[in-house]
Amino acid sequence: MAKGSIVAGCLAPHPPHLVYADNPPQNEPESEGGWEQLRWGYDRLRESLSKVDYDVIVILSPHWQTYVGTHFIGLPHCTSKSVDPIFPNLFRFDYDIEIDVDLARAIHDQAKSDGMSVKMMENPDFRVDYGTIVSCHMLRPEWDKPIVSISSNRGMHYYSPEVMQEMMLELGRATSKAIEASGKRCLLVASNSLSHRHFTTETNPPEDMSKEHITSHAMHLWDMRMIELMRAGKSQQILDEMPEFCEQAISEADGGAFSWILSAMGIPEEPAILHGYGTIIGTGNAVIEWPCHEWGDD
Amino acid sequence: MSGEIVKSLVVPAHPHPVLCPEKNEGWQRIRDAYDEARRQIEETDADLIIVYSTLWPSIIGHQIQADPNPEWVMVDADFHDLGSIPYSLQIDTEFAHAWNAANKARGLESRTVAYHGFPIDVGSVVALELLNPGNRIPAVICSTNVYSNRAETTVLAKACMDVVKAQGKKAVAVSVMSLSNRMFTEPIEPHEDRIHSLKDDEWNRKILEFLSEGRLEDIGQLSRTIHDQIRVKKVVAFKPMWWLSAMNDNRNDLTGEVLAYEAIHGAGAAVVVLDPESNGTGDKEYDEDDVEFYGGDRNVLDVEEGDDHGVALHDPTTGDTSFNTDKAPKPVGAYPHARKEGNLLYLSGVGPRQPGDNSIPGGPIRDSDGNSLEYDIKAQTRAVIENVSRILEEAGSSLDKVIDVTSFLVDMDRDFAGYNEVWAETLGKVGPTRTTLAIRALPTPIAVELKVIARA
Ligand SMILES: [Fe+2]
Repeated sequence: MAKGSIVAGCLAPHPPHLVYADNPPQNEPESEGGWEQLRWGYDRLRESLSKVDYDVIVILSPHWQTYVGTHFIGLPHCTSKSVDPIFPNLFRFDYDIEIDVDLARAIHDQAKSDGMSVKMMENPDFRVDYGTIVSCHMLRPEWDKPIVSISSNRGMHYYSPEVMQEMMLELGRATSKAIEASGKRCLLVASNSLSHRHFTTETNPPEDMSKEHITSHAMHLWDMRMIELMRAGKSQQILDEMPEFCEQAISEADGGAFSWILSAMGIPEEPAILHGYGTIIGTGNAVIEWPCHEWGDD
Repeated sequence: MSGEIVKSLVVPAHPHPVLCPEKNEGWQRIRDAYDEARRQIEETDADLIIVYSTLWPSIIGHQIQADPNPEWVMVDADFHDLGSIPYSLQIDTEFAHAWNAANKARGLESRTVAYHGFPIDVGSVVALELLNPGNRIPAVICSTNVYSNRAETTVLAKACMDVVKAQGKKAVAVSVMSLSNRMFTEPIEPHEDRIHSLKDDEWNRKILEFLSEGRLEDIGQLSRTIHDQIRVKKVVAFKPMWWLSAMNDNRNDLTGEVLAYEAIHGAGAAVVVLDPESNGTGDKEYDEDDVEFYGGDRNVLDVEEGDDHGVALHDPTTGDTSFNTDKAPKPVGAYPHARKEGNLLYLSGVGPRQPGDNSIPGGPIRDSDGNSLEYDIKAQTRAVIENVSRILEEAGSSLDKVIDVTSFLVDMDRDFAGYNEVWAETLGKVGPTRTTLAIRALPTPIAVELKVIARA
């Protein structure tokens, strides 16, 4: 069997506003669009990924929050309706998702043998979190690839950003080892925003782009700094600055996905591609691709 | 009518007492305490359960559940292996809408949510399942805003109490929360369960000592310290005690009883019942500000809310035969919403303005500079009839008892057809006599107003 590989990594933010603005048939609310800069960014990401062959999407979302370790969906097929508890006016989505349980279990088993607290989720009534659904839909609206859904172990809230990061680097290494052993070509997805301070009011309609902007200059500076570091291939520096970024930009990287993906890709020194940046209800969001398949095997 | 809180409760959120109390003696004691709390509620004349859940976070202000019958199956994010909890709840939607309006009137950002499939949080599901099986009493559920601090949380409770009093409710106030919320990060065997650390246990016992002495406000004021000491920072502060204290007039002399205190997967789980009777110790002093109105500036998006459309608004005048409701727009002068004379109800002229934020469904007919705007006469007419209906209901009557209507339109040529269409679907079916007049203007930028007489 050929070695499995990570063909690409993506930062794929999941505010439900993006799906709402896209008006897919699965989502009940209707919009007049909005957040085009980011949605066009996703267009460019999809275009770029259409040239890459992959078997499975492996995604870590901060909206399946677990405290008792890291969990993996262990059901082959998940179908239900997802309603965002925070923006139910924007996101009520009928989903139908195939899970690659073999790969999920392989990562679970690897992480377990490496000493991490992990658990498979096999309750058929469980609903897939909306972060996973939004990122996957924006990446691949055809829904024709199986996914591996990984929970966000709340290490930062439980301990500290430093401990969170250590745990996520470990999980990233386990993910990479399990993928290699699986023989599968994987697309890795970190589903999170960058700076994450929201407005606490909503415009009418929510897609009124005349009112959309970053919540503060400091948030903007942090977002641009992280984007520049990614574009320069300075992953180690990102990890070094991650605790400050999480605390000062209230970043959604607090959920661990950003640290996890950098670790799984081997802390790349190759530049990432920025496909788009935009704010959503004040939070900063970047659509980023690491084209690992172009980097050659070392 | 004078509404009040007949009982206040602190209850834990995890699903163990519902799904597997038999696996651990402590979980069983929590379950027994939950059952005892339920019995105590059943002994009161309570007609509403108000749940403030720390497990339902919100960002756009506070959210209030207003689906009359939320139904689904709840699965815990961590403890999915224990099983599922199907739920079918009965929500007091009238209270939910009134609370939402009261929040706005006190300066808070607020909205109701009513969507099929909405995921009711584990805490609310567990608390209502055990305290209110079979939906014996209607409930209302409110979220915890992740950014809100003491002032907002206190004002949220006061707005809630405005409605409890206005509607004459006998309400049970429930804070669904862990004390210390630090869980074990590994799966454990049920018999291994204990409070995560000695420090957490000591703080939990201190909190329970205060609660058993009925010192709610003191606990409220320790809220930030407690949060720093024993809380995993899921939300910005240890808020439920601010809420519960303000629901009880910031008192420190309630009669408290701790029915159980145990560990659930390491977190501090307690069932506490607080009665409004004074325990006789005398109220203790407290020193934090008592906030009545939220004046904080979270409206960074600069949404124009609560626009008075350039016309001063008045509280409706009161009197023996007058009827007023905060579910109808505030008057633009000194008069009541309705008056009763004999068997008849006479309503003041009613327009489409919305109670609370004064927005105009279908849009205003002109902007603040007097420039004409596009508006929807049908939406305005529908909103007028809804306002009429709410005033009639407040006065013990209803739309089907309307006998005579005078309608005023500011643009007969443009609007008569649309107005007439909505009329045919609504009051046209009731059959009152009707006169429609064209007039030059109304005080606010609206296109239609109705003057109604109905049977009481
Ligand atoms: Fe998010």
